Amino acid sequence: METKGLAELLPPLSVQEALVEAHRCLFCYDAPCTHACPTHIDIPRFIKKIATDNLTGSARTILDSNLLGATCARVCPVEELCEGACVLGQNHRPVMIGRLQRYAMDHVYDRGGPTNTLAPSTGRSVAVIGAGPAGLSCAGELARRGHSVTIFEKRELGGGLSTYGIISLREPVEASLREVVMIERMGVKIETDRELGRNISFYQLREDFDAVFLGVGLGATQTMGIPGEELIVDGLDYIESSKLNGTGMKIGRNVVVVGAGNTAIDCAIVAQRLGAETVTMLYRRSALEMTAYAHEFEFIKKEGVTVRFLTQPVRVLADQGRIIGLECVRMELGPAADGTGRRAPAPVDGSEFVLAADQVVKAVGQQKLLVEGLKVDRGFIQVNAEFETSVPGLFAGGDCVRAKGSASTVMAVEDGKLAAAAIHRRIMAPNHERRIIKEG
Amino acid sequence: MADLSIDFAGIRSPNPFWLASAPPTNSGAQIHRAFEAGWGGAVWKTIGPPVLNVSNRYGAWHYGGQRMLAINNVELISDRPLEVNLREIVEVKRAWPDRAVIVSAMVESKPEAWNEIVRRIEDTGADGIELNYGCPHGMSERGMGAAVGQVPEYCEQITRWVMDAAHIPVIVKLTPNITNIATPARAAVAAGATALSLINTLNSIVGVDLDTLELTPNIGGKGGHGGFAGPAVKPIALNMLAALGTDEVVGNSGRPISAMGGITTWRDAAEFLLLGAHSLQVCTAVMHYGFRIIEDLCDGLSNWMDSKGFLSPADVRGRSLNRISDFKNFDLSFRAVARIDEAKCIRCDLCYVACNDTAHQCIDVFGASGQVVEPHAYGVRSNGKREAVETRPQPRVREADCVGCRLCYNVCPVEQCIQMIEVPSGREPVTWDELVKASPAVTEDWTAMEEYREKTGIEIH
Repeated sequence: METKGLAELLPPLSVQEALVEAHRCLFCYDAPCTHACPTHIDIPRFIKKIATDNLTGSARTILDSNLLGATCARVCPVEELCEGACVLGQNHRPVMIGRLQRYAMDHVYDRGGPTNTLAPSTGRSVAVIGAGPAGLSCAGELARRGHSVTIFEKRELGGGLSTYGIISLREPVEASLREVVMIERMGVKIETDRELGRNISFYQLREDFDAVFLGVGLGATQTMGIPGEELIVDGLDYIESSKLNGTGMKIGRNVVVVGAGNTAIDCAIVAQRLGAETVTMLYRRSALEMTAYAHEFEFIKKEGVTVRFLTQPVRVLADQGRIIGLECVRMELGPAADGTGRRAPAPVDGSEFVLAADQVVKAVGQQKLLVEGLKVDRGFIQVNAEFETSVPGLFAGGDCVRAKGSASTVMAVEDGKLAAAAIHRRIMAPNHERRIIKEG
Repeated sequence: MADLSIDFAGIRSPNPFWLASAPPTNSGAQIHRAFEAGWGGAVWKTIGPPVLNVSNRYGAWHYGGQRMLAINNVELISDRPLEVNLREIVEVKRAWPDRAVIVSAMVESKPEAWNEIVRRIEDTGADGIELNYGCPHGMSERGMGAAVGQVPEYCEQITRWVMDAAHIPVIVKLTPNITNIATPARAAVAAGATALSLINTLNSIVGVDLDTLELTPNIGGKGGHGGFAGPAVKPIALNMLAALGTDEVVGNSGRPISAMGGITTWRDAAEFLLLGAHSLQVCTAVMHYGFRIIEDLCDGLSNWMDSKGFLSPADVRGRSLNRISDFKNFDLSFRAVARIDEAKCIRCDLCYVACNDTAHQCIDVFGASGQVVEPHAYGVRSNGKREAVETRPQPRVREADCVGCRLCYNVCPVEQCIQMIEVPSGREPVTWDELVKASPAVTEDWTAMEEYREKTGIEIH
C-alpha cells in the first residue's frame, strides 16, 4: 500500500527563499523573538548573517546560545516561542525563524559540521548521565569551558528523544546523530550501554569526577491498569520503531491512540502516514484540557485523524492474543478540580461502547524516573536555582526536573546550558575539592 | 481628467514620458513596441562614429534583497550602422506622427562633422536633436561625450556649431560629473540651445568580486568606471534639476528641461515635474521591467493630478521650486519633534537604537507599569511568546529633549507610525543670514554663541 511516509515535513528553504525571508527580518533591537526563545538565541543577528551570506557566522551565532540548534530548528513549537513573538506577526506574518535556523545549521552540517572554540583544559572532569538534549547541551557547554566530560548513555545511540522519540517527519534520525557527533568532536566522551544502577554507580562517579549532571529524562509510559493492557503498544516504542525500523514496523488497520498530548499526536501521525485505514485518538477530558499544542491539533485533523474527547478505554477485547476492539466509556467533567488543577473526569454509567481496533497505542504520559536518595517534587527530581539536587555536587536538568513549566527539547537544552554554567562556577571555585559528592 | 500632453519647445507628445537615449531605444523595432505600449516619445540611442562594444557591459547594485537599485554600464553609443539607424528613424516617425522622436548624436569635435550629422538627422523628419555631452566612458576617451560636457567652453563652441546648422529644436544633455551643473548649462544657453536635459550617468565602480578579486562586471579580467543610473541617483538628479531652475541665468532663460535620473514610478515623475521638468526621460526602470511600466506612470500621475486639481503637466511644473532655498535662509526657530503612534507601533525598537546610538538619546522604552526600563531586562529563564509580547516595552520620545532630527522617522518600518509634529519653539523666527547681520559675534565666537543660546532659550544637550 502506498503511504505518505514520514519524510521531513518541511522541505529545506532554497537559497532564494532563505534570502527573501532573511531580508524580511527587521533586525529589531532587543528583539522579542530572542526574548521568547528559551535559549535566547540572538535571532536577528543570525538571520542578518544569512542575508549577508555569512552562513558560518550565522550558525556560530546560533550555537553560541544553543548547541542543539539543528534539532531545535526542527522540533521547537516556534508558534509559541520566537515566531509567536515576531513583530511582523502583528500586521503580516512572522519571519520563518525556525526554517531559517535550520537553513544555517544544515549549511554547516552539510560541510563537515560546525567547529567550536574550546578553552584550555582545566583539569576538572564532569560525568553526564544521559545523552539526550539536556545532557548533550550540558556536556558541550562544559567542554567549551575546558572541562573533561564523559556522557553515560543507557541506549545504543546518543541523542535521547531527538534520536528515538521525535517522529522523522519533524526530525530525521540523521539530524540528531550529527549533533551527537559534533558534541563528541568537542572532546566529549560518550559511553553507550551504561546505565546508572545497572553498570555504573554513584560511588564510582564520585571517585572519578568533580561533578555529575543528570539528564535522564522520563521513564516508560504509565500503565492504565485495564484488562488486556499487555496487548497495547507503548507510544514511545511505536515512534522509535517508525524512526529506526520504518519498513519492518507493524501498523494496524484500525488504530486507536490513547492520550492527547504531543506524543499521542505523533503516534497518530505515524499510524496515519504509514498505512492505517482509520486512526482515532481518545482523550478522557475535553479539548480545553488537552496538553497538545493547538497548531499540532489542527495538523492532525487535516491529516484525517479522528479525535474523541471525553472517552476512556476500559478493556482491550482480544481474540487469541490479537486485538479486535477497545471497550470504552463516556466521561463527563465534574465540577471539582483534580490533582492537576483541571476538572476531574468521571465515567457516565452505562455508556460503554466498543471501538473496532486491531492496534491500540498508549501515550498517556511517562513515568518519573526514580533516582535513589534524591528529593523529589511531585515525582520530579528537585533542583534549586543552580540546578543542584538535594545531593551536593549532583546536578540535574531537562524533563526529569520539569515539575514546573513545560517540558520541551529547547527547555532541556537551556537547562543543560545553565546547569553547565553553575557546575563550572562550582568546580572552578577556589575552595572546590574533588569528590564533593556526598552521600545523600 | 488631466491632460498629460506636453509641448516641449515645439515638440509635442501625448504624455511627458520619453524613453531616454539608451539601450531601450536601440532600434526602430523596440521603439515601435514602446509606442504601442504608450510611451509619449523616445530619444534615439546616440548615433555617431563607428564603435565596438564589449560583453559584461552592465553592472548593477543590489541592496537588501532589492535588485538593481542602480545600473552601471560601459556600453557605447549605437553600434549599428548610421545608415540603418537613419532609415529606421524615418520609418518610426512616419508611423508615429503624434509621438516625440528625438535623435541623440555625438560626433568628432569638428564643425563639419556636426553640420553633417545635423543635416542627416533633419532629413529623417525627427522632431529634435539631443547633443550627448554626457557619456562618461569610452566615448570620452575619444574626446566626445563627457569630455565635451565637462568643459564649458567646448560645450558652448559645439552647441554654436549645431545651432548654426539646425532648424529643429536642439537639446543639450548635461553630464552630472562636474562641480557645478549650472556652469555647462549656462554655456549651452549662451550658445543658443533650445533646451536642456539632465542628468546623464555618474562615474561609478559598481563592485569587486570577493571570490576572484576582479571588478564586477569583469571584462576579460579588467573593469573600470561606468555610467551609474537608476533609483539610487534620483536625489542627485532632483538636486541638479532644481539647481538649474533656481539658477539666475538658466532659470530665467525659459529653456525647457527634459529631466531624468532614476525615474521609476509616477511619484518620481511628479517630483521631477514639481521641480521644473518639462518632459521626463526613463531608462533603468524600463531596462528592469520593460515598456509596460508606462501604463502606471501615466495612470498614477493622472490620478494624482486629478486629486490635486492640476490640469496638465504645465500646471504642475516648477510648483515646488520656490521652496528651494539655502541653509542660511532656513528658520532656526522652526521646531518639530518625533511622536510615536503607539497603536501602530510594533515595538521593533529600531527608533530606539538609532536614536540612542547615533542621534540624540531622547527615546526611552517604558515597561507595562509606565516606568522607564532598560532594554534586555528580562531574566535568563524567561521563555515563550506570552511574556515576550506582554512585557515588551513601548518606545516613547522625550519631546523636551528631541531635537527633531528625524532619524527615527526615517528608520521606522511602519507606515505613518512616527510623525514629525511641528511644535512652537517659543522663539522669534530668525535665519542664520539674519543672525550674521544682526549679531555677527554670535556666528563667529563660541562664547557669544553660548550667551545667545542662553538668552534665547536654546538648549542643546
